Amino acid sequence: MSFIEAKDLVHEYIMRDEEGNVEGVQVALDHLDLNVEQGQFIAVLGHNGSGKSTFAKHLNALLMPSEGTLYVGGMDVSDENLTYDIRQTAGMVFQNPDNQIIASVVQEDVGFGPENIGTPTEEIWERVEKSLRAVGMWAYREHSPNRLSGGQKQRVAIAGVMAMEPKCIILDEPTAMLDPDGRKEVLAAVHELNKTKGVTIILITHYMEEVVDADYVYVMDKGKVVMEGNPTGIFSQVETLKEHHLDVPQITMLAHELKQEGLPLRDGILTREELIQEIDRICH
Amino acid sequence: MSLILDNISHIYSRGDAYEKKALDGVSLKIEDGEFIGIIGHTGSGKSTLIQHLNGLLKATEGSIYFNGQDIYDKDYDLRDLRMQVGMVFQYPEHQLFDETVFKDVCFGPRNQGLPEKDVTLRAYEALKNVGLDEKYYDVSPFELSGGQKRRAAIAGVVAMKPQVLVLDEPTAGLDPQGRDEILDMIAENHQRYGNTVILVSHSMEDVAKYVDRIIVMDDGQVRFDGEPKVVFRHYKELEEIGLAAPQVTYLMHDLKNAGYPVSCDATTVDEAKNEIMKMLGRR
Repeated sequence: MSFIEAKDLVHEYIMRDEEGNVEGVQVALDHLDLNVEQGQFIAVLGHNGSGKSTFAKHLNALLMPSEGTLYVGGMDVSDENLTYDIRQTAGMVFQNPDNQIIASVVQEDVGFGPENIGTPTEEIWERVEKSLRAVGMWAYREHSPNRLSGGQKQRVAIAGVMAMEPKCIILDEPTAMLDPDGRKEVLAAVHELNKTKGVTIILITHYMEEVVDADYVYVMDKGKVVMEGNPTGIFSQVETLKEHHLDVPQITMLAHELKQEGLPLRDGILTREELIQEIDRICH
Repeated sequence: MSLILDNISHIYSRGDAYEKKALDGVSLKIEDGEFIGIIGHTGSGKSTLIQHLNGLLKATEGSIYFNGQDIYDKDYDLRDLRMQVGMVFQYPEHQLFDETVFKDVCFGPRNQGLPEKDVTLRAYEALKNVGLDEKYYDVSPFELSGGQKRRAAIAGVVAMKPQVLVLDEPTAGLDPQGRDEILDMIAENHQRYGNTVILVSHSMEDVAKYVDRIIVMDDGQVRFDGEPKVVFRHYKELEEIGLAAPQVTYLMHDLKNAGYPVSCDATTVDEAKNEIMKMLGRR
């Protein structure tokens, strides 16, 4: 069994009027099938309203499936007895760091999670140190979170999830509110956790550049998986991505347009190095 | 007709332990009809700066002149300034409040004291300009999707026909298509009305594509001010202050360093494409 296994997953938002009568049903997930292996770095793309966040909220049992099944770490998310275990297995980081930080000192914020689950004090401090070091924020442990930059706050939020020692972290547009440096910091921290700690990462993003280094990419539209593959394969299909209201990294776009001008470039160029290699090849 | 900032400084929490100089001697001249991008890392003073433009914050030192008048004059009508300098804040859809989209957009022009007929016309025009379909006019703004809400909220400011339109990260959180649509819409309206547009953004690619002039803020000061290609020539200095150049600009530098005879001034996909085709002798 895969670490995450969604089969025929359906989620319907039911809208009711003031008397509680059903006014309408909106299908947010429509028989979604998706598998993630432990230790993978997965990116999920899709336009606003494609069902990405609804799916993410199922992964740690914030929402329950209307139909179908979802297993996380072998646990059925529909089983309410397992909700807390699931949340410890799959931690969540949201878009706005200001909504996720609650303590007035960085290290206390990171310690809040383990403290809540009754971790012995000594171990809390060990976890706080490990987590803050993992995201490069140990030097700021005694700072007030509200004096930090957006990227730093978001890394503290990630450390707070890390301190729960989850096997998997889901990040729902963690860089949407950050400047270029903040985006880089957060991405680097997440890749580091994936590589050195083997944490499974599910990154939901609208920035195509952030997807280039993922192991595998899922593209969602209308509550379904409509494309999947490695980044090179996904970004080779510029026109299909546009149909799903998405984009490609700027370098990929440039390569695509050069190709349309008649240059014999290969498909799926993602980085500057790859494009230069191709130009070298044409010129020599 | 212009907006002039003369040696503006702003100090938050003056006199206590949290005292912070957010703006430090900023001087700028913004001419009518310019399309300007403001970039800078978080905490560089961008938001503080734009809140001075319509008098929401008062400078600790320095003067601001709008169309030749000192806005800190005690006779100056700040209310009038706020009608002329329209501000679209981050996540403006959080400010939607009325029962229907149409009523919400009417709020601004009605507050300007326009006759009811003009208010209605303004609201129609603004909603049309932001590209929101007529079928949404009578629904609650809370039933719209994220991108549609954003449009409705921007329409609320556009309906006041401000001479200067300031937008603080208008595309944050939108998907790529939503991002392009909002920015295309802003650029089209700029073309149509010749209004001044000031766009605060974290996306170097967006700024390069749309604006004529970039102002780079760092530590409360203006570090660079000029055309995109001129500003992005300083990509190394930009990196030092937490920013970057567009990806294609880096590519042009890489090509040049690899010995190809290219100019490094390209800041958009089109410019880079043309430069590379020219170099390969295919144009």
